[in-house]
Amino acid sequence: MMSHEELEQTTAKVQQEQRAAGDRINVCVAAGCLSLHSDAVQKSLNEEAKKSGARCSVRGVGCMGLCSAGPVVSHEPAQAVAAEDKTTAQPTRLYGGVQPGHAAKIVASLNREPVRELAIDTTMPFFAKQTKIVLENSGSINPESIEEYIAVGGYRALLRALHEMTPAEVVQEISASGLRGRGGAGYPTGLKWATVARAAGATKYVICNADEGDPGACMDRSVRESDPHRVLEGMILAAYAVGASQGYISLRAEYPLAVQRLGVAIREAKRMGLLGAEIAGTRMSLNLEIRLGAGAFVCGEETALIASIEGRRGTPQPRPPYPAESGLWNSPTLINNVETYANVSPILARGSAWYAAQGTAKSKGTKVFALSGKARNTGLIEVPMGMTLREIIFDIGGGVPAGHTFKAVQTGGPSGGCIPESLLDIPVDYDSLMQAGSIMGSGGMIVMDDSSCMVSVARFFMEFCMSESCGKCIPCRAGTAQMHGLLTRITEGAATHRDLDLLVRLCEMVGATSLCGLGQTAPNPVLSTLRYFKNEYLAHIEDKHCPAGVCECAATPAEVNA
Amino acid sequence: MSAAPGAKTFVIDGVDASATPGQTILSAAREHNIFIPTLCHLEGLGDVGACRLCLVEVKGARRLLPACTTRVDEGMEITTNSPRLADDRQMTMQLLFAERNHVCSVCVANNHCEMQSMATTLGMTHVEVPYRFPALTVDASHERFTLDHNRCILCTRCVRVCSEIEGAHTWDVMGRGIQSKVITDLDQPWGTSETCTSCGKCVQVCPTGALFQKNRTGERRGKDPSFLPYLRTMREEL
Repeated sequence: MMSHEELEQTTAKVQQEQRAAGDRINVCVAAGCLSLHSDAVQKSLNEEAKKSGARCSVRGVGCMGLCSAGPVVSHEPAQAVAAEDKTTAQPTRLYGGVQPGHAAKIVASLNREPVRELAIDTTMPFFAKQTKIVLENSGSINPESIEEYIAVGGYRALLRALHEMTPAEVVQEISASGLRGRGGAGYPTGLKWATVARAAGATKYVICNADEGDPGACMDRSVRESDPHRVLEGMILAAYAVGASQGYISLRAEYPLAVQRLGVAIREAKRMGLLGAEIAGTRMSLNLEIRLGAGAFVCGEETALIASIEGRRGTPQPRPPYPAESGLWNSPTLINNVETYANVSPILARGSAWYAAQGTAKSKGTKVFALSGKARNTGLIEVPMGMTLREIIFDIGGGVPAGHTFKAVQTGGPSGGCIPESLLDIPVDYDSLMQAGSIMGSGGMIVMDDSSCMVSVARFFMEFCMSESCGKCIPCRAGTAQMHGLLTRITEGAATHRDLDLLVRLCEMVGATSLCGLGQTAPNPVLSTLRYFKNEYLAHIEDKHCPAGVCECAATPAEVNA
Repeated sequence: MSAAPGAKTFVIDGVDASATPGQTILSAAREHNIFIPTLCHLEGLGDVGACRLCLVEVKGARRLLPACTTRVDEGMEITTNSPRLADDRQMTMQLLFAERNHVCSVCVANNHCEMQSMATTLGMTHVEVPYRFPALTVDASHERFTLDHNRCILCTRCVRVCSEIEGAHTWDVMGRGIQSKVITDLDQPWGTSETCTSCGKCVQVCPTGALFQKNRTGERRGKDPSFLPYLRTMREEL
């Protein structure tokens, strides 16, 4: 049985150990830096630390955000580790592009000047302009240690809710926070929870949608790999609020690191009595299982995800009935995505008013984005809702590389759209992005400069939708293939105005008649590029010319004129 | 005449109508002799909402709703036909005709094909979208029946009748998107299937020439429609 006292004891123990260990060298071992062999960096830092006898510990931690500078290593001086007030403490040093050969230098620098050639300026806007709630522990704790999560305040909200709040009060708190689903559609989370809590049925389920399949998106993956207990705590709280005793985390087998870390987290939480039967000595029980999918984008759609968990072919079903009434094995089912669950424990720990004070009138809190493409700083960022696209791209992202000009930013993945320069001052919230012809989506944000052809971009996303369509309904199955064919024809310089008209008609028809969100939103990248970059389409069609020089049109304008 | 307990009253194409609780828009419409086109729906089989031909406009709904799976609610105002719906339905048929190799003149189901007659009913006169001409196979390994992927529209009636009525679940779908296809067992030749009972229900429910009986020509080559009402009876007696 886990109690508040035990949490405090664990915290004290971990903090004492950390203080005793002296300086802390943190190596990012999340997927991005791992792919740049940060594990080798960690190994040589360990060896060097042992060799030198310096009073320091080398730890693997989650994502620190600036993936473009990977492998990233941070150094927390002993004084900062021990400090109660982190703001006045000696600042953490951040190093980028660290290779195993740099290990000796970093270890030697512990009580001296930082290693200049590797140092990253931690005061630059990339860091200064972010507000971290979901990612607050990411990059500072060991994701495979439940003790470290507890030491930074973890599981307090759960215990408090279990002992002091009724399930209805938990739902009320989430409703009052104004949290909206972070999977993309932005449905009010509290309303969803209330619906499942009210639904009739002895058996209810909670599901974590961790499928995350948008091209260029890695927000949820990073949260799972960097702070898995945050997700578990949110799920347990949700299960308590709606009255579920069984939960599933559905994620792709392609994310082996996330699978492993969530597996460790579930085991550890069970060991500590925070998961399983009679959680923390209360009557609340929750069994959590991981279900692996085979990497199908459509399985991020909730009814297809349910089919996949049930062991059936992952195809969507018409809604209603909504999963909140009849979901997994026809029982009321709560489905939220990773980032939504990750917001739950901070809301309950700090109060709904604190959360609701951040963001805009209709979009509260923060949003995590995977900033990628033609920006100088790319990686994982978290900003308050309502920040403008311009601040995100030009301040945090540092703008486009020298010699190029900004053209568009793509948000929302294959369901989203491209936003041009003229709209960069709109605030990032669900409604403003929708008005601009895009969507918030799950958080992919791809910056494009003058070297991108917008027709090719539209074609890329259509190809994605075509191959990820489940094949069940005709408009999506055959319509995306036809639209892809027409877009290909345009990029080849072989299309006519009639083809463009047909493309527009198919966009409208597929959007209006498809069964699920995949097909309904598949035309968005085409419609938004047509809205803002129609001249590029016309250049391909009329002049057989690609303004960005990306497409190989059959004829150049010179040849046509001759 | 007094309404049955719990009956739902609604308006369909401007006509006042009533439905039993839980009744779908499609079923209620047909009771009132209002035509809503369908291809994947078949009386007696579970509905999947896949062909999208039965989409109707419901006042106040954000999207078009499939009549086959949407239940009638009290006070619903439904429009089953409008220029926009007619346009979408025609495009759906065009997409189907262009998707695979539907050449009616050389098809075993010519004049006995639900897809062909639906195209006529919906007034489809030509196909604007480019024909895709995929290279697809024919499985003639079964001693009595043939599967021609070129004519398949993936309505999954065969899958459902085999699973829900015959209980064999020989049929299923594999692949994604435009590459999807129906398969027998784990994509084995039909003739080698160990689960197929050769009952022929799949052939009778197939709306096109994708599944047909061998060695039948002329007027005998059509499906056996007298078979279909039994599906419903069998289901009701379960």
